[in-house]
Amino acid sequence: MNRDEPLVLGIETSCDETGIGIVRGRTLLSNTIASSMEEHARYGGVVPEVAARAHLEALQPAIAAALAEASVSLDELDAVAVTSGPGLAGALMVGIGAAKALAVSLDRPLYAVNHLVGHIAADILDADAPPIEYPTVALLVSGGHTSLLLVRDLTTDVELLGETVDDAAGEAFDKVARLLGLPYPGGPEIDRAARDGDPTAIPFPRGLSRASDMDKHRYDFSFSGLKTAVARFTEQQQAAGVEVPVADVAASFREAVVDVLITKALDACARFDVPRLLLGGGVIANRRLREVATLRADAAGVALRIPPLSLCTDNGAMIAGLAAELIRSGRPASTLGFGADSTLPVTEIQVAEDLDAGGGR
Amino acid sequence: MERDYPGRVSLSPASANPPAGSARPASAILSIDTSVGTAVSIVESDGVVLSVAASPNPLGHAEVIGGLLVRALAEASLTAAGIAHVAAGMGPGPFTGLRVGIAAARTFAQGRGVPVVPVVSHDAIALEVFLADALTDAETPRFAVVTDARRREFAYSVYDGIDDDGLPIRSAGPELIARDALDERLAALGARRHDAAAVPAAMLGLAASRALGAGRTIGPDDALYLRSPDVTVSAGPKRVTP
Ligand SMILES: [Zn+2]
Repeated sequence: MNRDEPLVLGIETSCDETGIGIVRGRTLLSNTIASSMEEHARYGGVVPEVAARAHLEALQPAIAAALAEASVSLDELDAVAVTSGPGLAGALMVGIGAAKALAVSLDRPLYAVNHLVGHIAADILDADAPPIEYPTVALLVSGGHTSLLLVRDLTTDVELLGETVDDAAGEAFDKVARLLGLPYPGGPEIDRAARDGDPTAIPFPRGLSRASDMDKHRYDFSFSGLKTAVARFTEQQQAAGVEVPVADVAASFREAVVDVLITKALDACARFDVPRLLLGGGVIANRRLREVATLRADAAGVALRIPPLSLCTDNGAMIAGLAAELIRSGRPASTLGFGADSTLPVTEIQVAEDLDAGGGR
Repeated sequence: MERDYPGRVSLSPASANPPAGSARPASAILSIDTSVGTAVSIVESDGVVLSVAASPNPLGHAEVIGGLLVRALAEASLTAAGIAHVAAGMGPGPFTGLRVGIAAARTFAQGRGVPVVPVVSHDAIALEVFLADALTDAETPRFAVVTDARRREFAYSVYDGIDDDGLPIRSAGPELIARDALDERLAALGARRHDAAAVPAAMLGLAASRALGAGRTIGPDDALYLRSPDVTVSAGPKRVTP
């Protein structure tokens, strides 16, 4: 196997995107994504069984498309990589079954990796950015997760500082969009509705931000109280016979989410004396989030990194990229006995590492 | 249906089969089924069984599938290069597990650049019944393969003998039925009930080999979930103020 520039195919099926990525070392060759998002639209959120069925149908064509785009053939691969967790169990299992069989049929090593750490690895594949420096704080925000991490080393030392205790930030966008009669997915719709709104019009709560929360939940997030506050506000307006000021509600809600995310992330940078912040996850597509992050990181003297959006949303390239880093650092492949772990802790960067193999098969 | 296949390997896994990359052409059929437990088998294209590796656990398909594939190849003294077709058990089966095997069958085939042969999983169970009866020269009356579909339902398929290609004739199903309604339905159909707790992967491979020999397609392209996904379209947001 080429250990310096391994050619790796990564399979990601933790939520509603079937992601197939191909990398050669740190070079991105293909980032192929088949999304089932449209199928979930009428349900107002990701339906796990619908997502899992879509993965099964999308996998083979997505693998073929990725190989074609990368101009490589399967027998050139050095390794296969797959997301083991966290994510939707039934969806993860499709990717795991596929990855194991592909690895066995090609007689190549298989690397089972952590989805959240994959989001951090995505940054490495950004050809236009200088290499990432460690340690860095990482804020990962999507429809499935909202996590604040301290990354001392991508392949060996990632610590969870905090995460959402209820809804993910992306879920909050979806639910509030529904409250306002806007379609799914909520993120872009709220962004659009907020364009002419006043972000200070309604003082929506910032979850887990009181002084009394700092002890236990300094880096945790909560968005269900915010969602309830928006619902209460709109109901009160309706009860009073007043038209709901959708633009102001959207702008004020978005501001509350963005404020709490960036405040906690920069607080972590200050407390751990780490002047670097990396953003990842699909919600990074939110324009206001990037704007506020840029302004406030700059003011705090924190270097902000935002990978291209196509690498921020769930994708297989980040899974391949993380596996390539594991291979470069001499880590052995995973054994074939792992399963889907919907709550895989972020400290488990690689799953089922074959410690008897000592440096690959 | 005895034909002469070049480089046909013997039934015994201990025999001295040529290692991977040998010159003889790939001819074996790998079969994978996760509609009940997890079952993997390799048969020669003429139906000779080279290996069987299975786990009866109705859960854990994703955990065991890789190890079973490795074991089935090792016991058949083959590498992946010896596989010419991959038979996939398409169900019926509870969806979460069923998908694992179909996904595995498809990517294994993709990895080798060989075709997938979809097979209705009940057909493999039926074929086993017919072969067992044939050994004792017993007539096989009309019968129904019955498997657990969870949620107080069974999946069943009715069989009426075997056709000229050696494939089971399915006259009804696969279909779902409430558990307490099954016996009445089968009585009405005049079918003996045959409950099964496993799918014999070797029979899946044999069915595939017979279908290939006859140039027939016997299974569906898509998974036989037999059930719509559990979703309810929301009636709109709930009120939070009284
Ligand atoms: Zn993600």
